Amino acid sequence: MDLKLQKIIPQLITVLVVVLVFGFFTYNAQINMENRGIDFGYGFLSQESSFDVQFSLIEYDGSHSYFRAYLVGLLNTILVSVIGIIFATILGVIVGVARLSPNYLINQFAAFYVEFFRNIPLLLQIFFWYFAALRALPLPQDADAILGVFYLTIKGLYVPAFIWENLNVFLYSLIAAIVAIVVIRIHARKVQETQGKQLPVFWIAIGLIFILPLLSFLIGGVSLSFEIPKLKQLATTSFIYEGGVSLPPELIALTLSLALYTATFIAECVRAGIQGVGKGQKEAAASIGLNPNQVLKLVVMPQALRIIIPPTTNQYLNLTKNSSLAAAIAYPDLVLVFAGTALMQTGKAIEIVSITMLTYLSLSISISILMNWYNKKIAIKEK
Amino acid sequence: MSKINFLKPDKDNLTTFLYIGSFLFVISVIDVFLNSFFSLNITGFLPSSLSFIVPIILGFIGLYFIRIEHSGYKFLDQVNKNINTNNFNAILSLLIIFIIIKATPPILSWFVVDASFAGDSKDVCSGTGACWTYIKVWFRRFMYGMYPNAEQWRINLSFIALALLGSVGYFATEKYKKYLTLYYVIIYPFIAFLFIFFFISGGPIFFDFSYGIIAAVISIIVGFFIPSKFKFYYFIFVPITLYIVLKYFVFYEELIELGKLDGLNWVETGAWGGLSLTFIISFFCLIFCFPIGMAFALGRRSDFPLIRYISIGFIEFWRGVPLITVLFMSAVMFPMFLPADFFIDKLVRCIIAISLFEAAYVAEVIRGGLQALPRGQYEAAKSLGMGYWRMHIFVILPQALKLVIPGIANTFLALVKDTPLIFVVGLLEIVGMLNLAKTNPKWLGFAMEGYVFAAIIFWIICYAMSKYSYNLEQKYKTER
Repeated sequence: MDLKLQKIIPQLITVLVVVLVFGFFTYNAQINMENRGIDFGYGFLSQESSFDVQFSLIEYDGSHSYFRAYLVGLLNTILVSVIGIIFATILGVIVGVARLSPNYLINQFAAFYVEFFRNIPLLLQIFFWYFAALRALPLPQDADAILGVFYLTIKGLYVPAFIWENLNVFLYSLIAAIVAIVVIRIHARKVQETQGKQLPVFWIAIGLIFILPLLSFLIGGVSLSFEIPKLKQLATTSFIYEGGVSLPPELIALTLSLALYTATFIAECVRAGIQGVGKGQKEAAASIGLNPNQVLKLVVMPQALRIIIPPTTNQYLNLTKNSSLAAAIAYPDLVLVFAGTALMQTGKAIEIVSITMLTYLSLSISISILMNWYNKKIAIKEK
Repeated sequence: MSKINFLKPDKDNLTTFLYIGSFLFVISVIDVFLNSFFSLNITGFLPSSLSFIVPIILGFIGLYFIRIEHSGYKFLDQVNKNINTNNFNAILSLLIIFIIIKATPPILSWFVVDASFAGDSKDVCSGTGACWTYIKVWFRRFMYGMYPNAEQWRINLSFIALALLGSVGYFATEKYKKYLTLYYVIIYPFIAFLFIFFFISGGPIFFDFSYGIIAAVISIIVGFFIPSKFKFYYFIFVPITLYIVLKYFVFYEELIELGKLDGLNWVETGAWGGLSLTFIISFFCLIFCFPIGMAFALGRRSDFPLIRYISIGFIEFWRGVPLITVLFMSAVMFPMFLPADFFIDKLVRCIIAISLFEAAYVAEVIRGGLQALPRGQYEAAKSLGMGYWRMHIFVILPQALKLVIPGIANTFLALVKDTPLIFVVGLLEIVGMLNLAKTNPKWLGFAMEGYVFAAIIFWIICYAMSKYSYNLEQKYKTER
């Protein structure tokens, strides 16, 4: 009895304190909102937003609803995060491997890179790229073409747009190629397990992924043309490029700094992962007659990935959350569009901040659930 | 002398290969060197595209010739082992050497040679180099923000005094060592707070917030002597009661003006800024986030399900949202949750928000340390008859914290690097001040210098912190 009481009372008190604090907050919020004449509710989401957004992936203007503005912000956040994650991963893996290189110059270079970019605040890096480095780029009329088709100017990067015909046929052929590769891989594994023969899966896969889409061009009626950006004069001193896809400088600065910054952390994860695989593992693998490629593919990588992936996902999450710094350089992401402009216009602080936080929260919780599931799947099953 | 096969360097013709190889390598380096430092192009007679790759080809052939294993020369073996193991590595090494040589002159000229240091107006900065005059003129703003020039000695004095007080640990004799924890965890932050509030801000000692701090400090000190059975209840009830008693019965309104020092003007927190604000915010957030994080780490491993769920909720909530939205919340949403006449300063709100945010990360790091301890430690402590608090304070936490020093250091580094984000609530620390200075019409166009300056400062701070944590880790490393 006494023991039970001892267990229950602290919990009750804690819960009581939490409830009291929240009750206090809600009570005050109610009174404050009454005093200021604000009513609580999410009805404003369907109202007309009447503000414009500079850069949007979906069709949007002032006549659309606040919910649409929210979607625009969310998509822009996702765009920055995805591009940033791709570049950060590529760079991070290269630097991480380079840090383990026997070449003294290379590993010192990689170490310098990591120590340099890791110890400078991300916001400062974003400001640096946006306000200092990208401002040194030429004006549109002075810009030279890179490879003949790209234009890097102070107003952004202009790249050619793809104009597809029968895009769906191309996509189908791509999907078919991927399915075929998976089937062949399963088959090859079966062949190896039953007969001990090794099929050249890698080369077959490469061939398939090129040949099938190529066939779709030749037979399927798919065609691809490019729309190359062209210089256009707006006024005597104002020029702009027309056609093609233009990436605003905010996006470039943001992805560049996010990728450079996060890559340092990913590099450390990769290094720790590869170092974490014991030397004995490699020697054992070599002693049973695997060649170096097989050692890497069958023994080192599966074990290294087990160490690398959880912290790397954390870094991906950090990158996604850090992309909210976009607000500092006016890239229209979720925080700027929704928690900035929309909040200023509607004054619905509680609703908007809570929606923004919930969005990020659900994003990260869903990724961490996925991660936990994956972790459990690949964890070593000890007997 | 045997026959020479140039495609296959071997040991028999070592000297020949060595001479040719080093000659080619040196030629290639000299070419790039002359090219970048003196803009002389000794391969200028070749077509431009060819003269660009000539040094790489020459250097590559040179490195190929000197790649001879077990040559007998120690230096050569060392070079081969470190930068010249195979063709691919040789090319990478060459590229890195060339990049360094190429990049040195422009960087040097921008930083030093063409830079302007003298003068105090924009006119002296006409060269192509950096304009350090800009930093010189704005230096006080970058360090102290909008803090009045005549009063800046207060910040300097406080920081020097706090640094001295902080270094007490190094001089403490064996006799006083056991009190150091108490000193650093409770007394020192309290002194720091007094300094900052009383001296930098110039406010009265007895104001609304200080009752809370006095109550907390007194109750924590007394709490050490409370039997552990009642500690939980003690800490739940006594501090609040003490606060209420202090606020309503001990210090009357008339007493508030009493603690004010004559001659110190009130400087509101909106005027604080620059690097000193970075330090103030980092300092207090570091101090607050650690105990909060520790409490939630213990809470997450608690046997009481309700406490555990509350801790998990807290940790996952703060870890799931970006700091910028937390600061948004503290700026626009938090005032709605408080009584209308209850005003909390912007800076204090910021510190609370950042502390709670980082506390969640600290909690996860400490939880990692707690989980890494073998069960035997818990069982041994329990079998000695230790209670929950005694077991954690004397057995578990010292070992767990030792394990997670790198993780905690990383979190603290992240905290320092996150401080510039307070621009969201309108406080301008050094990066914010840079952005303000950048838009000054008299000093347009020096954004680069400002950011480089701030980057160097932050880099030094963060690098020093990470090196210090590494030393700490080595110092407390124990074989298990």
